Amino acid sequence: MTTLPATLGDRVSAALVTRKGLLLGLLLGPPLLWFGVVYLGSLLSLLAHAFFRLDDFSGQIVYELGLSNFREIFTPANLDVALRTTVMALAVTLACTVIGFPLAYYMARHARGGTKALLYVAVMLPLWSSYLVRLYAWKLLLAKEGAISWAAQALHVQGLLDLLLAVPVIGGNSLSFSPLGTFIVFVYMWLPFMILPIQAAIERIPRSLLEASGDLGASPRQTFRRVILPLAMPGVAAGSIFTFSLTLGDYIIPQVIGNSTLYIGQVVYRQQGVAGNLPFAAAFALVPIVVIVAYLAFAKRKGAFDAL
Amino acid sequence: MTAVRLSGVSCVFDAGGKPVRAVDGVDLAIEAGEFFTLLGPSGSGKTTCLRMIGGFQMPSAGAILIDGEDVSRRPPFQRPVNTVFQDYALFPHMTIAENVAYGLMVRGVDKATRTKRAAELLDLVRLPGIGERRPMQLSGGQRQRVALARALINEPKVLLLDEPLGALDLKLREQMQGELKRLQRQLGITFVFVTHDQHEALSMSDRIGVFNLGRLEQVATPAELYSRPRTRFVAEFVGSANVLHGEIARRHGGAAAVMIRPELVRVGGAADARASGTLAEVQYFGAYWRLGVDLAGGERLIADLPVATHAEAPPPGTTLHLHWPDGAVHVIGDGGAA
Repeated sequence: MTTLPATLGDRVSAALVTRKGLLLGLLLGPPLLWFGVVYLGSLLSLLAHAFFRLDDFSGQIVYELGLSNFREIFTPANLDVALRTTVMALAVTLACTVIGFPLAYYMARHARGGTKALLYVAVMLPLWSSYLVRLYAWKLLLAKEGAISWAAQALHVQGLLDLLLAVPVIGGNSLSFSPLGTFIVFVYMWLPFMILPIQAAIERIPRSLLEASGDLGASPRQTFRRVILPLAMPGVAAGSIFTFSLTLGDYIIPQVIGNSTLYIGQVVYRQQGVAGNLPFAAAFALVPIVVIVAYLAFAKRKGAFDAL
Repeated sequence: MTAVRLSGVSCVFDAGGKPVRAVDGVDLAIEAGEFFTLLGPSGSGKTTCLRMIGGFQMPSAGAILIDGEDVSRRPPFQRPVNTVFQDYALFPHMTIAENVAYGLMVRGVDKATRTKRAAELLDLVRLPGIGERRPMQLSGGQRQRVALARALINEPKVLLLDEPLGALDLKLREQMQGELKRLQRQLGITFVFVTHDQHEALSMSDRIGVFNLGRLEQVATPAELYSRPRTRFVAEFVGSANVLHGEIARRHGGAAAVMIRPELVRVGGAADARASGTLAEVQYFGAYWRLGVDLAGGERLIADLPVATHAEAPPPGTTLHLHWPDGAVHVIGDGGAA
C-alpha cells in the first residue's frame, strides 16, 4: 500500500475524525459562548439589578443589595397587575389549547397532501406579516364601528354583543376597549405557537399504537383519552409555555387594545423607559419567570412530561 | 369448527388514482385451535389479509366470519380477536403492567383483578416481576413477550400475529418460535401468523396458506406444501426447487413442468442414471455442497450433496451422473408458468 502525501485538508480532516474532543469543541464552542455570555449573562445581570435600587433624589442607581424592589411588587397596585396578567395568560393558554388541539389533531392524523400543506400555510401565514400591522387591523375589526360590530348588527345579535360587553371585569365600551378584546387578540396572536407543537406531538404517535388500543377493546373515545391525549401532552405543555410566557411578557397588545389597565410587560417597559427605574423593572421582570417556573412544576406534577 | 372464514374477500387500494388489488378474491377457512400461517413475499397481500381479520382494513368485497359471525363491517374493538403487532406497539407512557392490563382496563375491570391478571400473563410469557418497568427499558425480545401477554389478556378466540419475530436476531427468533408454539398448545387459541420466512412457516404451522400477488396459491400442511406444491411459485418460494420443463418432464406423462427437491438428487455411477451433466458450479453451505449441474438439454439442475457423505465436492467440469428415488419427481399442476 502506498501512502499518499497528506495535504493540509487531509490532516485537518484526520485530526477532526480521530480527536472527538476537538470536533465537539469546534461545534459547541461558539453557541456555548453566545449562550453563556450573552444569554445567561444578561439574565444574571437582570437578576442582579433587581437587588439594587434607584435613588429617588438623584435618579442614579445605587449598587447596594436590598429587597426594596420586591417589597414594592407586593403593594396592592402591583400585585393587581401581576394577578391580572397571570389570569389573562392562563385564559389565553386555555383558549389556545381548546381551539388549537382539534385543528392540530386534524392536521396530524387526517389531512393529506395538499390539504395538509394548505393548513400549514394557513397556520403560519399570520407570522409572515408584521405583528403591529395585525394588531392595528384587529383594533379596526374590534372597534365600535368595526367589522365585528357591523356583522353582529347585520345578524341581529347586537344585543348579545352588548350583553357580553356589559359583563363587569371583562366588558367595556366596545370590544377594542375591553379586556375581552385584549383576550381575543392575544389568542389570535399566539395560536400558531400552540398548534404547531401539538401537531408535531400527535404526528409522532405511531399508527400502530392507536390500532393496538382499538384492538384491545378501547372505543375511539377511550383511545383518545388513554393514548392520544397523554402522548400529546408534551406538545400541549410546549405550546402552553409559548402562549403563557408570550402573554406574560407582552406590552404592546394591552396598550393598543383594552381598557388601559396595566399588564406586567407595560409596567416593566414604563419603569425602565420613562421612569428610568431599571432596578424595579428588573425585579418586576422576574415575576413572569417565577410564574412560569410554578406553572412548569404544576404541569410536571400533572404528568404532562411523562410521555417524553 | 371454523374459527375464521374468508369468503370472496378482496381489498382494493387507491395508489395515486390507480386501483391496486392487494387481496384478490381470497377464500379461506381456518379451523379452531389451529396454528395457521399466511406465507408470502412482501406485497403479496398476507398482511392486508390479517389486517382485514383484525378490523384495521375493511374488505372491498366479500365477507369475514369469526366463529360463524359476520364481522366484516365491525371496528376492531368489537371483534373477538387480538393482535401482536410487528413493532409491538407498546404504550410508552404506561408501565408494563398497565400495558398488559390495558384490555381489561378499557372494559372496566376493577384494579385488583387487573393487577392479578397482568401478573399471571407476565408469568405465562416468562417475564415475572417486570410490571413496574417502562417499555423503553426492555430489550426487543422482552417487548415481544409483553406484546404477546397484552394481546392474550382478553382471552381472544383468535390471536393475530403480524411478523412478530421479524425484528429479532436469529437465536432469539428460534427461541421465540418454540415459545409461541408452546403457548399456542397450552392455551388452545387459534393463531393466525403472518411471515415471509418459509423456514419459520414450515417449522411452526399446522397449515400454511401461500400468498402471491394478492391471491391464495395453495393451502396445505407444511409437509404437503413442500413435497407437492401446486404451482411453480409455491415450489420455488417454499424451499429450493428444480423446476424442469425438458426431457425429464416429458418422461412423466408428458407433463409441462416437474419439480425435484435438490436434497433428493444423488451423484452415482453411469448405470441407471436418471440424468447426466457437467458440473458447472459448487457452493459450500456447511451441512451440504450445492452443485449446479448443466444437463444435456441445456437446463440447470441443483443437487445438494450432504457433507456427511461427501467430505470433498467434485471439481467443476466433471461429468456427473444423477440419481433420485421414484416419487422424487412431482408434476406441477399449473404447468410451471413463471
